[in-house]
Amino acid sequence: MEKFVTHLGVAAPLARSNVNTDDIVPARFLKTIRRTGFADALFANWRYINDDKAPNPDFELNQSAYADATILVAGPNFGCGSSREHAPWALREFGFRCIIAPSFADIFYNNCFNSSILPVVLDKSTVEDIQATLAGQEQYKLQIDLPAQTVAMPDGRTFGFDLDPFKKSALLEGLDSVDWTLSRKGEILAYEERRRKEAPWLFIGKDADRRSASAPAS
Amino acid sequence: MSPRTMFDKIWDAHVVRDEPGEVPVIYIDRHLTHEATSPQAFAGLRARNLPVHRTDATIAVIDHNVPTVLGRRMIDVVDAASVKCIETMEENARDFGVTLFDMKDEYQGIVHVVGPELGISLPGMTVVCGDSHTSTHGALGIFAIGIGTSEVEHVMATQCLQQQKPKTMNIRVEGTLSPGVTAKDVALAIIRKFGTNVGSNHVIEFSGSAIRSLSVEGRMTLCNMAIEAGARAGMVAPDEVTIEYVKGRPYAPEGDLFELAAANWRELASDPGAHFDAVLDINVDDLVPQVTWGTDPGMVADITGVVPDPADESDVVTRQAYERALEYMGLTPGQKIEDIEIQTVFIGSCTNSRIEDLRMAASYVVGKQVAPNVRALVVPGSMLVSRQAEEEGLADIFRAAGFQWREAGCSMCIAMNGDRLAPGERCASTSNRNFEGRQGRGGRTHLVSPLMAAAAAVAGHFVDARNL
Ligand code: SF4
Repeated sequence: MEKFVTHLGVAAPLARSNVNTDDIVPARFLKTIRRTGFADALFANWRYINDDKAPNPDFELNQSAYADATILVAGPNFGCGSSREHAPWALREFGFRCIIAPSFADIFYNNCFNSSILPVVLDKSTVEDIQATLAGQEQYKLQIDLPAQTVAMPDGRTFGFDLDPFKKSALLEGLDSVDWTLSRKGEILAYEERRRKEAPWLFIGKDADRRSASAPAS
Repeated sequence: MSPRTMFDKIWDAHVVRDEPGEVPVIYIDRHLTHEATSPQAFAGLRARNLPVHRTDATIAVIDHNVPTVLGRRMIDVVDAASVKCIETMEENARDFGVTLFDMKDEYQGIVHVVGPELGISLPGMTVVCGDSHTSTHGALGIFAIGIGTSEVEHVMATQCLQQQKPKTMNIRVEGTLSPGVTAKDVALAIIRKFGTNVGSNHVIEFSGSAIRSLSVEGRMTLCNMAIEAGARAGMVAPDEVTIEYVKGRPYAPEGDLFELAAANWRELASDPGAHFDAVLDINVDDLVPQVTWGTDPGMVADITGVVPDPADESDVVTRQAYERALEYMGLTPGQKIEDIEIQTVFIGSCTNSRIEDLRMAASYVVGKQVAPNVRALVVPGSMLVSRQAEEEGLADIFRAAGFQWREAGCSMCIAMNGDRLAPGERCASTSNRNFEGRQGRGGRTHLVSPLMAAAAAVAGHFVDARNL
């Protein structure tokens, strides 16, 4: 997985609350078996006036000041709704490496780490302050420092953020979580053996073909 | 041992590894998957040259992309991209040895209807699916969570999930529901009162007298919507109602094994005095049917109420959100909810497409007609529900009233399968998300109960289901 250590990039504000994953990637773009090809789908219902992709001049990210933005400064409960990982994939492919918000929806927050995006939680007033400061400014850059867990503004103000240490090191090292867990396979097998005795009904699975066994009415 | 919550008990039983400085590794008992969020995960397994660790605990369905027209075939699938998703699911299931309920299967249906209905999801389990409404399964006393596609791959490869232990929240729902007021109204009232991210980083246990008197299917409606309150999961403690529900389901344990399991399930409820990180209370004695007016599930009004005025909101972000929502929804402040006219009615989705939901809607519809110019769909949550509704005569009632009777799938809940709203079209929907564009670009969604949807279909506008 791609690492994240430090990042200096243009920030764009998206001062809306409850931006959901249908807003980030509408469902009609989920019909793909690939992990890529989502850059055009990002915020499609807001970004374009119609399905021909004519840009909507009112949408924040279409403004020239935020061209090349790699940091999104968003509103509370960002990424709520569907679990689709296509949302962080699209954000990453579009160019975003970091999203700053007062709060994130849980599944989206987790998905970000698997897409090499750093989600940063800062308190609401700080986020609103950053949004107001960078509004309309050309090429306004923030400096993100993951080892130090800080966001620095060009005027010198610096804000610290919290992060789970394990998730932090996974991002710093670009760790593959499947490999990590598989290296503990012995523990998984031991757990299964114990549970098979403790709770055998969990292991009957679907060995027999149970179709046509009639399901009872409730 | 100190008193534990139901969630604590299930969590403790599933920890495989929990070392300082690491994220805990928990074991997953059942993994449900579907064609929309799994292809990249299977591709990942292929790239790693790994099998699915427990094929007996992994079940796949095709639900998001399926057409719902009667007698559907591959040719009815909406576009080539959806065909590709369906065929890829079939190929992956075959190659990896995973059971698939495909388009023609008698067990096909929406993943969150199928899991509990077949006894695949059982009390005390951990269940995951690459789908946020996995919270639905929590109604049986399951720690059930939605995961991203990378995690789908992780679970298939390892049968485990890396998961920080969430906090616990007890939402105590007391009181008696008036006739015409349903679990859906309770869910909307909770989100309205406490907000769309009240449950952030928490597992919500719904408790209290109102929950005890809900059927298992009603509890599923409530837990389904827990994700719309931002929760990691929603849960209801298993009781005799739950055990009775599970008994005899096709994949449920039988005989002595069932008794052994049931004895375990009876121990799952939170111990008296167990500590929750948060406790919230709501009383539903005076609850009236709820209708969403906006573009998130917290934007809710009483059926007897009016569309709110953004100017009354002191918080800037909220005010702007309200203004945007009203513009999108084409509504004006002060407009009576009962005066809102609808063009479409959708009865379906993993929230409200089970047999009780269809019975509830049919009980009102019988002998009546869908209003002229209203397009009304009933999409059963599974083919088993469909069959049962046919047997009970519900399908005939809907057809006679002018509803379109369909085959099982996600349908207009997500609008990626051909069933969708046109721009500006207004819909009374029993689904769970009223997001912009959710039911089709420009479509306007009002979330309601199946009874409210049925009544709106007949009247052409919202009506108070208590007065029917
Ligand atoms: S019915 Fe809707 S919410 Fe439920 S699984 Fe399907 S798309 Fe998701």
